Amino acid sequence: MTEQKQHIASAFDRDLEAIQAKIMKMGGLVEAAILDASQSLEARDEELAEKVRKGDAAIDELEEMINEDAARLIALRAPTASDLRVVLSVMKIAANLERIGDYAKNMAKRTGVLVQMSPIPGSHSSLRRMAREVERQLQDALDAYIRRDVALAEDVIQRDLEIDQMYNALFREFLTHMMEDPRNITACMHLHFIAKNNERMGDHATSIAEQVVYLVTGETPDEQRPKQDKTSTDLGVAPEGSYVENSKDA
Amino acid sequence: MYDSPKSETAVQHAIKIAANKVQVYYGDTHAIKDVDVRIEDKTVTAFIGPSGCGKSTFLRTLNRMNDTIDICRVEGEILLDGENIYDKRVDPVQLRAKVGMVFQKPNPFPKSIYDNIAYGPRIHGLAKTKADLDDIVEKSLRRGAIWNEVKDRLHAPGTGLSGGQQQRLCIARAVATEPEVLLMDEPCSALDPIATGQVEELIDELRESYSVVIVTHSMQQAARVSQKTAFFHLGNLVEFGETSQIFTNPKDPRTESYITGRIG
Repeated sequence: MTEQKQHIASAFDRDLEAIQAKIMKMGGLVEAAILDASQSLEARDEELAEKVRKGDAAIDELEEMINEDAARLIALRAPTASDLRVVLSVMKIAANLERIGDYAKNMAKRTGVLVQMSPIPGSHSSLRRMAREVERQLQDALDAYIRRDVALAEDVIQRDLEIDQMYNALFREFLTHMMEDPRNITACMHLHFIAKNNERMGDHATSIAEQVVYLVTGETPDEQRPKQDKTSTDLGVAPEGSYVENSKDA
Repeated sequence: MYDSPKSETAVQHAIKIAANKVQVYYGDTHAIKDVDVRIEDKTVTAFIGPSGCGKSTFLRTLNRMNDTIDICRVEGEILLDGENIYDKRVDPVQLRAKVGMVFQKPNPFPKSIYDNIAYGPRIHGLAKTKADLDDIVEKSLRRGAIWNEVKDRLHAPGTGLSGGQQQRLCIARAVATEPEVLLMDEPCSALDPIATGQVEELIDELRESYSVVIVTHSMQQAARVSQKTAFFHLGNLVEFGETSQIFTNPKDPRTESYITGRIG
């Protein structure tokens, strides 16, 4: 998008900038929450987990402020065209970020339980890689937003596939652990929810990227993006721990 | 399978007015450049644009109001139901009965409310008897959404009404000759928000029977009342499309600058 001219009412420009600055601030907090939640799990750091749980209130508060600002902007300025799309996308992105924050908080809660159990070998590094990828996706989505970069946003949308694949692999891994030793079930259930949380966070990052496409082009991208989360249609694992290949493509 | 809610498509109306390559000159000034536009029947079409962009000039070409200006010259063709209104055989007075007009400032005749409405039907011979004329007056005032306010004082002067009432009286007067098209040149700019709301409500009702073309400086008004919007800039028709598209996702950067209130 070419550089927009300024509004005749300069206060309108300031309002639009202020609301977008709040989104970036919220994005920064949420990115940190993802990394901290993942770090607290890996390092079995209860204190850090507690920090993530408490930090969620600030994220929620920012969402509320953004919604109030957006409502005021709509009422007072009656935005149209790209201005309208800025306000609409800001509201949706704030909702996406708030949900990601909730998932991070939920991960941190489960960490509190998991530190009291013996670790499941190999799971932490996979979960860390997944959280890193999710955080990178979110960062790219927010960068694309602030730079109005549709190509980067499209890239984020396409890359969600990789997170889905990571989740698939973890799903099967946890299932295997649970079958091998029922004493792993509690820990693996929690770990599975953490993996699922990561997968959902990835979806919200994708949704932010879709908002970028809408903001710039005025059109929502096609739903025809690759999806690889097959676990909801998966039958489970065969007795030997081998995988049941799912013949139906998502 | 569930049907996609997007599958419902917009209703397509017949073309009422087709303008082809219209040029308007005031002396040496080229005021309207190469305008092509299709105005649909039973639709409200809004013309928007900054002052001096030619939207009122173009509106006035649609019922040959520019004929009254000596130095004004119109080229190209404007077809009303397929017939060129600038053809020599067309009588401008008859044309204006078909294509009515409402102006910016309410301009009732200095006559009674009744005579304001009855004037047009009388000169066009639309009523045979007094009862016929009474009928037309009542029907028109009802269409103008002002009947209930004036029915007890039909013989009071029209100029004694409030601004909003006067404007609705003028709309009633315009519909009294059974026009097919109603042109409105900033019909609400002299009215308060309540009178504006009433006139807008009225415009929406008129859409069922007429093709309405409205020039407005209020973009919110264009967004509220119209289905189609045309954006004029420096005598050019920059963009024409569905009102919802123009206000959410205009294609031309000049339209975008104008409707978002940026210096353009």
